[in-house]
Amino acid sequence: MSKDFSIHVEHVTRVEGHGNIEVNVRAGKIEKVEWRVVEAPRFFEAMLRGQNYNELRPITSRICGICSIGHSLASLKATEDALGVHITEQTAILRRLAINAENMQSHILHIGYLVAPDLFGVGSVFPLVGTKHTDALLTIVKLHRLANEMSDLVCGRTIHPIRLIVGGFSMVPTEKQLLRLRERLEEARTLTSTVAGTVHSVADRLPAFTRETEYIALSTENEYALYDGVITSTDTGKHPDYKEYQSIMKEYVVPHSTAKYAKHARDSYMVGALARFNLNSSQLHPAAKEVASMFGLKPMNYNPFMNTIAQLVEFAHNIEDSLHWIDVLLENGVRDEKPAKIKPKAGRGVGIVEVPRGILVHDYTLNSKGYCTKANCIIPTNQNHANIQKDMEQLVPEILSRPEKEIELTLEMLVRAYDPCISCSTHYLDVTFV
Amino acid sequence: MKQKPRVAVFDFADCEGCELEIANLEEEILDLIEIVDIVSFREVMKEHSDTYDIAIVEGSIMRPMDERRLRSIRSKAKILVALGACATIGGVNKIRNQWMPDEVLHEVYGNADVKGNELFDVFKTKALKEVVPVDYYIHGCPIDRDEFKHVITALVLGKKPEIPTYPVCVECKKNENICQFELGKFCLGPITRAGCKAICPTHNSTCEGCRGLIKKAEADCVKEVLERYKLSYEDIRRRCTMYNYGREECSVDE
Repeated sequence: MSKDFSIHVEHVTRVEGHGNIEVNVRAGKIEKVEWRVVEAPRFFEAMLRGQNYNELRPITSRICGICSIGHSLASLKATEDALGVHITEQTAILRRLAINAENMQSHILHIGYLVAPDLFGVGSVFPLVGTKHTDALLTIVKLHRLANEMSDLVCGRTIHPIRLIVGGFSMVPTEKQLLRLRERLEEARTLTSTVAGTVHSVADRLPAFTRETEYIALSTENEYALYDGVITSTDTGKHPDYKEYQSIMKEYVVPHSTAKYAKHARDSYMVGALARFNLNSSQLHPAAKEVASMFGLKPMNYNPFMNTIAQLVEFAHNIEDSLHWIDVLLENGVRDEKPAKIKPKAGRGVGIVEVPRGILVHDYTLNSKGYCTKANCIIPTNQNHANIQKDMEQLVPEILSRPEKEIELTLEMLVRAYDPCISCSTHYLDVTFV
Repeated sequence: MKQKPRVAVFDFADCEGCELEIANLEEEILDLIEIVDIVSFREVMKEHSDTYDIAIVEGSIMRPMDERRLRSIRSKAKILVALGACATIGGVNKIRNQWMPDEVLHEVYGNADVKGNELFDVFKTKALKEVVPVDYYIHGCPIDRDEFKHVITALVLGKKPEIPTYPVCVECKKNENICQFELGKFCLGPITRAGCKAICPTHNSTCEGCRGLIKKAEADCVKEVLERYKLSYEDIRRRCTMYNYGREECSVDE
């Protein structure tokens, strides 16, 4: 079949940040398939230079509104690594609650507000108000509220957390507040099943597309890795030397994008919920495994559209994991601990965490007075851009015979499946063009 | 019934956290769409219209291409509202303004050839009002959801929203917090615009000044705090390292 058409989606909607999709087909031949990131670069690396170690966390939090807790935690881990600061068990547990809360907030936002409209054939959630889907929508809103209020409780605020500081917390929740949170998380189990049922009823709208690629995420023997772990690849296994992350996450720049691209063992790799699932699914809580089996999700799954389902699986896991850690806190008794004492010293520190969209690295060098002289951040979405591009290159020929509008929608859905966070990914650039 | 005002939400260089705070209104979004028609909001909807009464604009202006887009939005909107610190005062994006754009470009991109590539053609960070007239301001990093509701409701009713001109200290005292200065920390509360319910000091953190500076005369109401810790408006202004780069005091219309 031969046809001429071009697709130009300027500023893909229902994603964080500005990205365009360009496709050119002439006489049935694909001349161009391009994922372009056009967001303004923001120069965070330059802005961190000369800042005191205490300021690095609040500034880098502003890289991203959706994952400001994740950036804060990576920042604190890097700063504490550089300064040789050790945190208490209670701080480590509270940080795990923070990471669970953010994962839940971000995942339910993506599943409910950004992806679901495609599955229901509408442009946003607003037209669903007043239809038979109203209850499902309100359930999603309820879970979103719970996740945000959990962040408020642990971090002081859900967007740009306040209580997370170098060496600990500026304030901690009370046992009474934790008990109340515990009750609400228990109630959320049923609500999560309801949402899983709703998504399942329209899951056949998710394209059945597969492309083998490499997946990278943290992993550890103790748990489903989010706060701690070792960089692990489905192609090359474990890479324990965390300070050598740049030998795994090789970033490069392309001129049509203000965000960097990355590769490792192949032309591209994927990070995020599906990568974590593919590497660590055996460590998920049984309740989460149940959600996975409901959708037939098994490792290795090579369908990027299933990333949204992997997020739903993780949501169920985050609830159970939070309940576990709240119990540990209550058993130990919550102490009003002061943050660790800090003596500025020169050094380099690297902090790596799993955030909703994948593995995130902050790397700081401090001088003897504790001021930052060099900073580097590797953002999950940057690591996915090349994989999105490679997926598009395989996907477009496979669906070329379909109507133009459908091709366009499928490509938009592909971008959305990765849940890109483009503001994050244009935080800065420092490498040369290829 | 009178037609609902048509509202469009746009974003420039920022973290999109303030838009997310709109989504974080949770069930109250349903009340919001009762009183306004949201006709464009790229972060959460595919539908888009170029016909709107109120434009809510988030983010800083970094490039000529952003400036053109903002002017076009301004030309279509009857009312333009700046949303969040990046839009109202330039926010953290202005930290880089202590260096020239060429210097920042070189420092960050090295010797990469970005000349003539409009995506990378940056000037010094600008707040919205440095490019187009702004009618109303919703301050903060991020914004306060209650203040957002207050401003939108006022605009729908055709009233002027009331935004505090007094310092954060006033709200902090109301919350009965221990003064951050008393704890040996340095806080920007005495010269920063209130309206955030003093959220940072309330969680035992210092104010970073994200809502912009108040006028010098307004700091008189915390004279007692300034005297106790032997500080002046200027002393505190010099410590504004995260927000408020290059600012003297607030302009009359903010």
